[in-house]
Amino acid sequence: MSAILIFLALVTAVAGWWLARQRLMSKPWLEAGPVNAFPETEASLLHPAKLGLGVFLAVVGALFALFISAYFMRMVYADWQAAPMPRLLWLNTGMLLLASVALQCAVVAAHKGQVDNLRLALLVGALTSVAFLGGQLLAWRDLAAGGYFAAENPAVSFFYLITAMHGLHIIGGLLVLGRTNVRAWRGERPAKLTLTTELCAMYWHVLLVVWLVLFAVLAGWAADFVDICRQLLS
Amino acid sequence: MVDVTPHGADLIPPAEVGEMELYHPHSWWTKYVFSQDAKVIAIQYSGTALAIGLVALVLSWLMRLQLGFPGTFDFITPEAYYQFMTMHGMIMVIYLLTALFLGGFGNYLIPLMVGARDMVFPYVNMLSYWIYLLAVLVLVASFFAPGGPTGAGWTLYPPQAILSGTPGGTGPGIILMLVSLILFIIGFTMGGLNYVVTVLQGRTRGMTLMRLPLTVWGIFTATVMALLAFPALFVACVMMLFDRAIGSSFFMPAIVEMGEQSPHNGGSPIMFQHLFWFFGHPEVYIVALPAFGIVSDLISTHARKNIFGYRMMVWAIVGIGALSFVVWAHHMYVSGMHPYFGFFFATTTLIIAVPTAIKVYNWVLTLWRGDIHLTIPMLFALAFIVTFVNGGLTGLFLGNVVVDVPLSDTMFVVAHFHMVMGVAPIMVVFGAVYHWYPKMTGRMLNEWMGRFHFWVTFIGAYLIFFPMHYVGLVGVPRRYPELGDTAFIPPSVHTLNEFITVAALTVGFAQLVFLFNLFWSIRHGKEAGDNPWRATTLEWQTAGTPPPHGNFGKELPVVYRWAYDYSVPGAAEDFIAQNDPGPATQGGPA
Ligand code: HEM
Ligand SMILES: [Cu+2]
Repeated sequence: MSAILIFLALVTAVAGWWLARQRLMSKPWLEAGPVNAFPETEASLLHPAKLGLGVFLAVVGALFALFISAYFMRMVYADWQAAPMPRLLWLNTGMLLLASVALQCAVVAAHKGQVDNLRLALLVGALTSVAFLGGQLLAWRDLAAGGYFAAENPAVSFFYLITAMHGLHIIGGLLVLGRTNVRAWRGERPAKLTLTTELCAMYWHVLLVVWLVLFAVLAGWAADFVDICRQLLS
Repeated sequence: MVDVTPHGADLIPPAEVGEMELYHPHSWWTKYVFSQDAKVIAIQYSGTALAIGLVALVLSWLMRLQLGFPGTFDFITPEAYYQFMTMHGMIMVIYLLTALFLGGFGNYLIPLMVGARDMVFPYVNMLSYWIYLLAVLVLVASFFAPGGPTGAGWTLYPPQAILSGTPGGTGPGIILMLVSLILFIIGFTMGGLNYVVTVLQGRTRGMTLMRLPLTVWGIFTATVMALLAFPALFVACVMMLFDRAIGSSFFMPAIVEMGEQSPHNGGSPIMFQHLFWFFGHPEVYIVALPAFGIVSDLISTHARKNIFGYRMMVWAIVGIGALSFVVWAHHMYVSGMHPYFGFFFATTTLIIAVPTAIKVYNWVLTLWRGDIHLTIPMLFALAFIVTFVNGGLTGLFLGNVVVDVPLSDTMFVVAHFHMVMGVAPIMVVFGAVYHWYPKMTGRMLNEWMGRFHFWVTFIGAYLIFFPMHYVGLVGVPRRYPELGDTAFIPPSVHTLNEFITVAALTVGFAQLVFLFNLFWSIRHGKEAGDNPWRATTLEWQTAGTPPPHGNFGKELPVVYRWAYDYSVPGAAEDFIAQNDPGPATQGGPA
C-alpha cells in the first residue's frame, strides 16, 4: 500500500498547507461583527469549477495510486511474469503529449482572443487524443496476437485493466472537449470558452502525468527504480 | 497584501442575486423529479435510503428469528441466513447510513447552513442521486436473481465470495453486488465534489471556516475522507469483477473446488483485505463524523449553551479524519501479519481514541450547567453519547492485538460494532430528523409518537446488544446460523438468544411507528413556524418554511458571528442568530 500512502501524504501536505492559512487558531466566540478581510468569506478566488476539477483529479489520483499499490502487492508472488511492452506505446505516449501541448496552446489562444488558433488547437487536442485511444486499442491487439490474454497472467491482466481505466478517463474528458470544439467551431467568442478550455487543459495535463507514471510502472522501470533506491539505502 | 483583482471580485457572492443566476425549474417533472434543487435531492436521497434501510431492518428480524428459534422457520436455510446477513450489513453501512448522512443531510444542510442558494454544480448533484438510485435498484435486483443475492459477508472476502460454496458466488448475485457498489461510488463522487466545493466556495459573506456550524465541519471532513477512501473499494470491486467474470487471478489463489481445478492461479486474498479495509475503516468515521457534528449542534441548541471548545472540536474532527487512514490493518490482526505491523496499527488505533475522547468530554461539558430541554432531539443526542462511550470502551478492548485475537469473530465483535456504528449513528439520524423535520415540512413531528419511539428504541437497543456481549464472551461465533449441540455453550445462551430476538422485533415495531409519524405529521403535525427551536444557524433564518427555491429570499444573509451564541449575557433573547448584527457591532467592526 506504499503508493497510495505516498499519494495521501501529498494530499495531506496540500490540505495541511491550506488549513494552516485558514485561521484555525482564531477564537470565533470573541469575534462578533463583520469580517473585514477581503474576500469576506475568506474563500479562495479560484473559480468553483476549477476547484471542483482539482478535487476530482485528487480522487482520480487516489484511484490510480491504489491500482499501482495493488500492482506492487501482486508482483511479489511467484507466478508473476512481466508482459512484453508493445512498442506502439511510445507512439501513443507521444500522441498524448501532443494533445496536452495543443490544449495548452488553446488556453493561450483563448486568453489572447485568437479565434482561429483556438479552434485549431482544440481540434488538434481532440484528434491526438482519439489517436491515443486508437493506439491503445492496437496495443491491446498486439498483445492478444502474441497470446497474452487478459486472464493469462496477472501482469497482463493488470496491463489491460489499468490501460482500460486510463482510457475511460480520456473518453470522459473527450466528451467535454468535444463539446468545447463544437462550441468553438460554431463561432462562440473565445472569452466565453476560456474556462472550459482551461479545465480541459488541466485535466489533460494530469492524465498525461498519470499515464507516464502508469507506463513506468507497467514497463517495470518503476520497480527497478524502487529496487535501486532500496539498495542505496541499505 | 491581498491582491484585489476585478476578476476575483466577481466571484464573491453578491448580496443581491439576479434572477438569471439560479437555475429555475419549469415543469412539474423538473421541480419534483429531475430536480436540481439540493433540498429536493436531499429528500430523494433520504427517502430512498430509508426505503432500502427498511429492507435491511426486515432482514435483521429474519436473522434474529433464526438465531432465537433455530429450526422453526423452514425457509431460513443456512444459505438464506448468509444472504440476509450480507445484505443487511452492506445496506446498513453503505446504502443507508453513508447515503443518508452525506446525500441526505449533506444536501439539505450544507447550502442552507453556509448561506448558499444551492450546491455549486446542481446538475452533477442531480446525476449523483439518479446513479445512487440505480445502484440501489441493481442491489434489489440481486434478490430476484437466480441463486439469490451474494452471501459472502459484507466484507466480500475472496476467494469464497466467488466460489460455488457461497450463495450467489457463481450466479449473478455477486456480480450484481459488485456492479451496484461501483455505481454507488461513481454516484457518490459526483455528490461529494459538490459538498466539498460548496463548503469551500459557496459560503456567504462573513461565513469564515471557523464560523461554520460543526454539522458542516463533520459532513465536510467525512466527504473528503469518502472521496479518498471509496476508490479503494472501487479498485477492489473492479478487480474482483475481473476475477469472477473473465477468470483472472488478482485475488484468487489456485483452488480445487469439488474435485475440479479452478482456472485461477497464485492470486492474493490478503491484497483484497488491504484494499477493503483501506476503505472499510475510514468508512466507520465517514458515518461517525457527520454524526459527531450533528450531535454537537443538537446539544448546543437544546441545552441553550455554546458548544464547549469549538476550536478543539474542529481540530478533533480533522485529526480523526487524517488518522483514520493509517489504522486499517487492525481489522487484519488474525490474517497473519508481521508482529511489528500489528504493533504499529494497534498504536495508531489507540491514538485515535484521544481526539474522540476530547469530543466526548466537550459534549459533556457543554451539557454541564446548561439549560437542558429534554426535547426529542436532545434525548436522542444524549442516547448517542451514552451509546458511543459504551461502544468505544469495548473498542479499546478490541484495539489490542492480544485481546482481539480470541474475541475476533465472536458475537462480542458483533455487539461492539452495532453499538458504535449501528445504534449510535442511528440515534443521531433520528435526533436529526426530529430536529430538522420542522424545517423540511413546516410542521413538528408528533410528540407522543416521538417519545414512544425514543424510549422503545433506546432501551430496546440495550436489551438487544448488552446480552450479546456476554454471548460473545462465552464464545459464540459470529456468522453462524445455528449453534446445534455445542459443549461449551451453556443453556443461558439459548434463553438469551430468544430474549434478544423478542427485543429486536419490538424495536423494529417502534420504527414502524416512526415511519407512520413521518407521513402523519406532514398534514397533522403542529405548525412549526420558521424557528421552532430558536436556533442560531442560518437554515432557521430562511425566507419561509420550508425554504423556497433559492433558500434566502432576495438577499443572501450576512454572517456576523459564530453559530453558538446561546444565552449570551445581556442579550435580549437567549440566542443571537448568526446573521444578527447585534449590539456587538455598534462600536464598529471587531
Ligand atoms: C435493530 C437493529 C439491528 C439488529 C437486530 C441487527 C442484527 C444483526 C444480526 C443478527 C447480524 C448477524 C450476526 C452474525 O450472525 O454474525 C448482524 C450483522 C451485521 N449488522 Fe446488524 N442489526 C441491526 C442494526 C444494524 C445497523 C443499524 C447497522 C449499521 C451499521 C448494522 C450493521 C451490521 C453489519 C455490518 C453486520 C455484519 C454482517 C456480516 O457479518 O457480514 N446492523 N446484525
Ligand atoms: Cu477499523
